Amino acid sequence: MRRRSTQLALAFIAILTVFSVLVVWPSDPDRYLPDFVPWPEPGCVGPVCIGKGVRLPYIAIDRSTIRIDYLERREMRLGLDLRGGTRLVLEADISRNPDVDLDEALDSAVEVVERRVNAFGVAESITERVGNNRISVQLPGISAAEAIEKIGRTAQLQFMEMRRDAQGNVVIRNPDGSTSSMPFDQVSQSSSLIQLAEWTPVTAVGSDGIRREITGTYLDRGGIFVTRNLAGLPELRFEMNEEGAKLLGEATARLSNPPQPMAFFLDGEPIRGANGLIIAPFVRSQISDRGVIDGLSLSEAETLSTLLRTGAFPVPLTVVQQEDVDATLGDEAVVHSVQAGLIAIFVVMAFMTLYYRLPGLLASLALFVYVSLTLAVFKLWPVTVTSAGIAAFVLSVGMAVDANILIFERMKEELRVGRSLVGAIDAGFNRAWTSIRDSNVATLIICVILYWFGDQFAASLVKGFALTLALGVAVSMFSAIFVTRTFLRALIGSNVMQHLWLFGHDVEEARGPRAAEAAVRVGGAGLD
Amino acid sequence: MIDFVGKRYWFYLFSMLVVIPGTISLILPNGIREGIEFGSGTTFGFRFEQPVETEALRSALAELGHPDARIQRTRDGKFLVRTRVLEGGVTAPAIGPAPPSERENLESALEERFGTLVDSDGQPIHRFLEFSSVSASVSSDIVRNAALAVAFASLAILVYITLSFISVEQPVRFGVSAIVALLHDVLLVMGVASIFGRLFDFEIDTLFITAMLTIVGFSVHDSIVVFDRVRENARRAAAAGADVTLAETVNASLNQTLGRSLNTSITVVLTLIALILLGGETVRDFLIIMLIGLISGTYSSIFVASQLLVSWEEGDFAGLLPWRGGRTEEQPA
Repeated sequence: MRRRSTQLALAFIAILTVFSVLVVWPSDPDRYLPDFVPWPEPGCVGPVCIGKGVRLPYIAIDRSTIRIDYLERREMRLGLDLRGGTRLVLEADISRNPDVDLDEALDSAVEVVERRVNAFGVAESITERVGNNRISVQLPGISAAEAIEKIGRTAQLQFMEMRRDAQGNVVIRNPDGSTSSMPFDQVSQSSSLIQLAEWTPVTAVGSDGIRREITGTYLDRGGIFVTRNLAGLPELRFEMNEEGAKLLGEATARLSNPPQPMAFFLDGEPIRGANGLIIAPFVRSQISDRGVIDGLSLSEAETLSTLLRTGAFPVPLTVVQQEDVDATLGDEAVVHSVQAGLIAIFVVMAFMTLYYRLPGLLASLALFVYVSLTLAVFKLWPVTVTSAGIAAFVLSVGMAVDANILIFERMKEELRVGRSLVGAIDAGFNRAWTSIRDSNVATLIICVILYWFGDQFAASLVKGFALTLALGVAVSMFSAIFVTRTFLRALIGSNVMQHLWLFGHDVEEARGPRAAEAAVRVGGAGLD
Repeated sequence: MIDFVGKRYWFYLFSMLVVIPGTISLILPNGIREGIEFGSGTTFGFRFEQPVETEALRSALAELGHPDARIQRTRDGKFLVRTRVLEGGVTAPAIGPAPPSERENLESALEERFGTLVDSDGQPIHRFLEFSSVSASVSSDIVRNAALAVAFASLAILVYITLSFISVEQPVRFGVSAIVALLHDVLLVMGVASIFGRLFDFEIDTLFITAMLTIVGFSVHDSIVVFDRVRENARRAAAAGADVTLAETVNASLNQTLGRSLNTSITVVLTLIALILLGGETVRDFLIIMLIGLISGTYSSIFVASQLLVSWEEGDFAGLLPWRGGRTEEQPA
């Protein structure tokens, strides 16, 4: 029974390892790995390609369609310090409102940029104010077009109604560019005419008695989220702040009698639904503090909610410069680190094997499983790997080995007091378990708190470190205990078990009565 | 069996000798030098007529007094450099020739080494393409926040260790001793960074903060492994009804875990030395700090955390507390 479960576990580990190695295999091995080893030529087997990263099929559900999508991950996602990325320079334009305090506006614009960077999951960016009216932001691993789309949007939301002429007729923009006007009743009957209507900002009188446009400024940032309605379609819910609720209440009281359409514009462009049409629902009753925008696709709803949540820029910003930049630590640093890391791991393996003999060799194999598995998780998640992340990874390698060292030291102790090898293996794992558990749980607690702090204070550096270390510790417990134990159990009953010296056990010492006596004394109060 | 516990005063003395100079240096004005990321500075962009290696530019800038400059190359061959604040100086005084500004000095020094500075079309212009002041790229709040996070983490660890050691007498002492060992390591490394700052212009940057976080994780991990053995031995002694003091238990536990402590440190030290010798120049300082911290973490778990448990039990420090008046601490029932 035990033999069978060990074989199953071995097969599981083997499959997992092969899969991880294929996932991790660099797309350009010649760059990172020594050239005296003949590396295999790139090629594909099913969904996994050596030298091209991984392509995994998964089932994607968006709206009512279910399709097979592919997760493609060609390269490890590396941070700005290791790989570089895109640099955008945004310039503030104060020509339209010259009395704004530029200094203050730029400080809050930097905050908006950082909130967006974090909200979109781009880790480890560098945001700086340059000169007196510019912001420079560097983002790792995304293209300039993506960066502009995510970070460069002004994100000014406007609530719009149909423009009327002096007679109260709706102004329609004809396909040839000319305008004409039509009675409201005729337009409201025809969805295609609504699409052609001209729009103008909805205004209302604020608490200070001044009439102003209703914009995203009046949104309550905490109250914006994407939900699904009863039909399962995504919708964007928003809440207004106190002043916004007053303004919107007044405006919708007017727009609901008779019901008139209201559209939403982002940065001067109408928000269009998944079908490409302008979203312009009819206001049927007075709404004040909250509203819903539906008809969006899920990804649009999510992008929109993030843009709104992170706020609009206090001044219009335009992208004046974009360029791809190299790694801040220098390109050589990555190659050197990868090579040094490989050598370091081999040195550790050699040390473990020489010191602990057969169990050390098995621990080295487990370490190999550990390294490939952790790197595969980093790549697939994906985790942005920075030099700080590499530090966390090195530490977790140390902890992975530490668990094995704890176990093997215990095994040797048990052998010394005359236990059988099988008994010593089991006792070694059982005795070492509490220290492995407590020390790793403590490390995980540190990670959770660091992550939470990083999240609270937008310190993405701290967050990235905590995530990397936590992943490493979790995988290391799996490899040190499950993998090493499986390897050792697989040997039970084989010939090597006859040679105790392979397990670092000095037979002479064990036979002597003094050894057992010494062990009892060392234990403080006798071993059971 | 090595008598660690009997020599604990020597270990305390040694720790103090190592920690106190750094702490003094830390407390004195300008205790720690903050790197360029934390302050405002200048960025400038330029392009050379001939292609230039980033590493060559890095060493040239270091010779010109900017060893900490952040240098990036854009994909079309322009260099973007961020340094401390440079005097821009196109503002000439009213009378007499303008003294050359730092900017102009740098422009001519770079041209001397690497050839003509050109504009984006490759025409010689002998000056930087762009030159502007920049704000701090990393808010100095990050240092404060990281410190706060570590403080909170310490509290949580204190609670966890106390709960985990509830089966032995005085579980809080285990938590407190582990945290003291942690502070020992943090102070030591900060002190070393401060002294290095005075001697070799070492500056703390975001990598240093990560190194500190790593050291915190390792220090707690290491202390707990030793404590776990103390717990096991204490429990077993209690079960057997044996009359052993905590000092004996701790000493036996240290001897039993010594092999493990040394071997784990050796593996981590081997890894770091490989990275230090072969890794890039830019991360070397960071790795050296890690190495010092990890060695301190191993030392403190054996020679500080465990010894404090014994000292507490034996009332070693009671005489130091005026309100205890030198009374020996009550033995737990």
